[in-house]
Amino acid sequence: MKKSVNTVINAAGRTVPTEVNGVPVIPYKGVGQHRPEGNKYGPPISTCIDFPADGSKQIATLKQALIAAGLKDGMTISTHHHFRNGDVIAIQIFDIASELGIKNLVWFPSASFDCHAPLTKYLEDGTIHHIEGSMNGQLGRFTSAGKMNGVGVLRSHGGRYQAVQDGEVKIDIAVIAAPTADSFGNANGLNGPAACGLLGFALADAQYATKVIVVTDHVVPFPCWPWQIQGNYVDYVVQVDRVGIPDKIVSGTTEITKSPDRLFLADLTARFCEEAGIIQDGFSFQAGSGGTALSIGIYFAEMLKAKGMKSRFARGGSNAYLVKMLEEGLVDYILDGQTFDLEGVRSMRENPTHVDTSPFTSYNYHSKGNFAQLVDVVILGATEVDVNFNANVVTHSDGVLLHGIGGWQNCLFAKCTILPIPLFRDRIPVIREEVTTLCGPGELIDVIVTERGIAINPLRMDLLDKLKGSSLPIRTIRELKDEGEKICGVPAAVQFEEEIVAVVKWVDGTVIDCVRKVK
Amino acid sequence: MNNTIATAGNKGEKDRSDCFVSLQLTSSGGIVIDLTSKVEVLFGEAIRNLCLEVLHYFGIENAHLTIEDKGALPFVMAARLEAAIMQVTETDKEFLPSMLPENLYSSKRDQHRLSRLYLPGNTPSLMINAGIHTPNAIILDLEDAVAVQKKSEARFLVRNALRHLSFMGVERMVRINQVPAGLDDLDYIIPHNVNTIVVPKCESAEQIHEVNKRIAAIQQIKNLTNHVWLIPIVESALGIIKSFEIASAADNVVALAIGLEDYTAELGIQRTNEGLETLFARCQVINACKAAGIQALDSVFSDVGDAAALKIYARQSKSIGFDGVGCIHPRQLKDIHEGFAPDEREIENAKKIMVAFAEATNKGLGVVSLGTKMIDAPVVKRAQRVIDLAISLGKLHKDWRDSDHLVNTQS
Repeated sequence: MKKSVNTVINAAGRTVPTEVNGVPVIPYKGVGQHRPEGNKYGPPISTCIDFPADGSKQIATLKQALIAAGLKDGMTISTHHHFRNGDVIAIQIFDIASELGIKNLVWFPSASFDCHAPLTKYLEDGTIHHIEGSMNGQLGRFTSAGKMNGVGVLRSHGGRYQAVQDGEVKIDIAVIAAPTADSFGNANGLNGPAACGLLGFALADAQYATKVIVVTDHVVPFPCWPWQIQGNYVDYVVQVDRVGIPDKIVSGTTEITKSPDRLFLADLTARFCEEAGIIQDGFSFQAGSGGTALSIGIYFAEMLKAKGMKSRFARGGSNAYLVKMLEEGLVDYILDGQTFDLEGVRSMRENPTHVDTSPFTSYNYHSKGNFAQLVDVVILGATEVDVNFNANVVTHSDGVLLHGIGGWQNCLFAKCTILPIPLFRDRIPVIREEVTTLCGPGELIDVIVTERGIAINPLRMDLLDKLKGSSLPIRTIRELKDEGEKICGVPAAVQFEEEIVAVVKWVDGTVIDCVRKVK
Repeated sequence: MNNTIATAGNKGEKDRSDCFVSLQLTSSGGIVIDLTSKVEVLFGEAIRNLCLEVLHYFGIENAHLTIEDKGALPFVMAARLEAAIMQVTETDKEFLPSMLPENLYSSKRDQHRLSRLYLPGNTPSLMINAGIHTPNAIILDLEDAVAVQKKSEARFLVRNALRHLSFMGVERMVRINQVPAGLDDLDYIIPHNVNTIVVPKCESAEQIHEVNKRIAAIQQIKNLTNHVWLIPIVESALGIIKSFEIASAADNVVALAIGLEDYTAELGIQRTNEGLETLFARCQVINACKAAGIQALDSVFSDVGDAAALKIYARQSKSIGFDGVGCIHPRQLKDIHEGFAPDEREIENAKKIMVAFAEATNKGLGVVSLGTKMIDAPVVKRAQRVIDLAISLGKLHKDWRDSDHLVNTQS
């Protein structure tokens, strides 16, 4: 049972705990208000004379590697999510830990997927104390029901790098599943049966963990080039029969949505961008992985072609459509954080202008600037937004935790952030008086596009001016909220228990909101 | 007491925005509601209250009601519940959701009907956002798109949709079942500001008279004066032969549509995208319509996946004289509108005629001429229609007469 904690009202007006899992935390202070001091965290000094002279760090099994790495109670174990729903390694780690009778581990994934649902048994038996990362689907439900021993911590991709760099999270053992590696530990995601494109999400883990284990099913003779993960950080290399399930890592084909309502939203969003003057020669964009976002890329491509223009760079998640734009010369560079399909993997292998990035380059709070802030327009999703343009991506309106933050919070720093969302999903209105869980402050969210109208944040006077007299259905956010509620009815307020089951970190490591146990 | 278990609605894996209700009257114990809903936390109480309101309205005090809800909007749930209640009670009452003020519009005899989007009358999820895609008309279909055993419950859903779902100004049509059975559908439709009734499998003027008689009777009882247009569909060899008789059967017939699926089946031939095999039938219908002074509407293009063929189909339809085609998916609309849009030459020509007409009117001339050609009234009217259509499809700026907008917006 979690002990009750003190709470405080943060700068967003949200009641948040002052400590999480027994460690003091800083309440959210506002966008750009938190500036930690001191030096970055460093892992223990290693010395090359302690490693095999022949450079081979291969060890027979993952179990032996974990034992050699000193696996013990209370450690923090990290994994990455480039294998998406085809990850098989995270489960094996905790199978081994359980077999060894290890307790109270912290799992620190860069994201979780449905394939990780079996970990609930290790959360139940105490092998895992809590998760810091994301709790999707069943893990989210489990957390929302108050069944996790510790308090979950939700971070953005950039926030994860920040937490590692400023020492908020100290990774004891990083396990990096890699599609290809050599025995020295150099690794990449480009080649091998489980090719996933890149390994950027594991970069911080390699650099800052006390011990690093690379697991692969495809060992090549030294050098494994390109070395997306440098073997100089790696302690052990394990060869397994299968490191991931290829069809679940990337889908062979990606189809644009056939849903007429989503296509309508995508078309409306693209038209908004055109009228707002965002689509110009040399502009840059990022669209998420959903069906709507994917289609927006296609509309952008059509507009660029018609105008004889091109985009300087697109930020990935890459997919076949973005690759087509690159190969047709409609975009100069793809700066890619993760590949969503096989075309993305192929392109990253073949096209020198399809560049792999990491949360360090793209999103990190402790970098000297990052790429996200350079993007002209970013198209994102949300489970809910409110009349102050605040948005939620982790819980649904019924209060249940179901999604991680991903790069969503970090992307809000783009020059224009647009959320295309339906006004209601089945009977659930998406625009609320107040979001159930605050993940992104409204001051960073510029435009909400729904099928029944577009709301521009009143802070963006420039956009409001540009769209004056437009034929697009520009309305106030409150008008949209009222229309949604007229159709669906006004939803009842969700009742929560006092108990805090998870906290949502802002990109700077402060606590912007928390998730409470559902009744 | 009728203690059978009445059911209504859908609960298939893919059904959304719908619910399945099972109702059994009981002799005591009050009303017991078993609700499973994906929106329970947010709307559980609202759903229970609605159910109680409907049951009490029909005087039901004791019943066991099971609702399996997949996010049905209130007008959908009320329709499902009423459809179930009708199976176990005798009543003349109707539980009507409020009529949205924005639904109280009428349509015009000669308004554009380039596209008419069919919506299955028992599938709420396909209706809810239909208006946003701006077809010229939607057709809530009670006929072929509804399974025989669902015909009755679909009437309540379509009725409630006509009252409480906004189609955003789009012409609201309902396709009833074949006359005479379809006449009973009218009772559920006519009082709720339907714009147009689509009458399928029409083979005689008499059927149109019967429809009009029933409409008049309903309007008299309900004291209504709204104008209801008719669009008969001819879809048999006989119907096509009789198309002029049908087209001119009554003043409120605004268009005739051709139905080629049934027609080709009757002839025992394959319907092709090129449509050579139905050219006679189509021209017959077009000619009958033009003779009667009404619009001619081409058959539904049902291959949703073949956008390229649809483009050709729409252009071909336009070229032989049709005024519109039917479709079954919103993503077909753009290609249909493109196909029927006037081309640059037509627009330029129409502009010249309108300019000449305006000049002549200004000068008080009775005769309009363009160059050496004299222009008579029907030509001006046609040109105005081309201009209107070009503007509505974004091919021409609405202020095209201003020098700033001389260039077409088409790119």
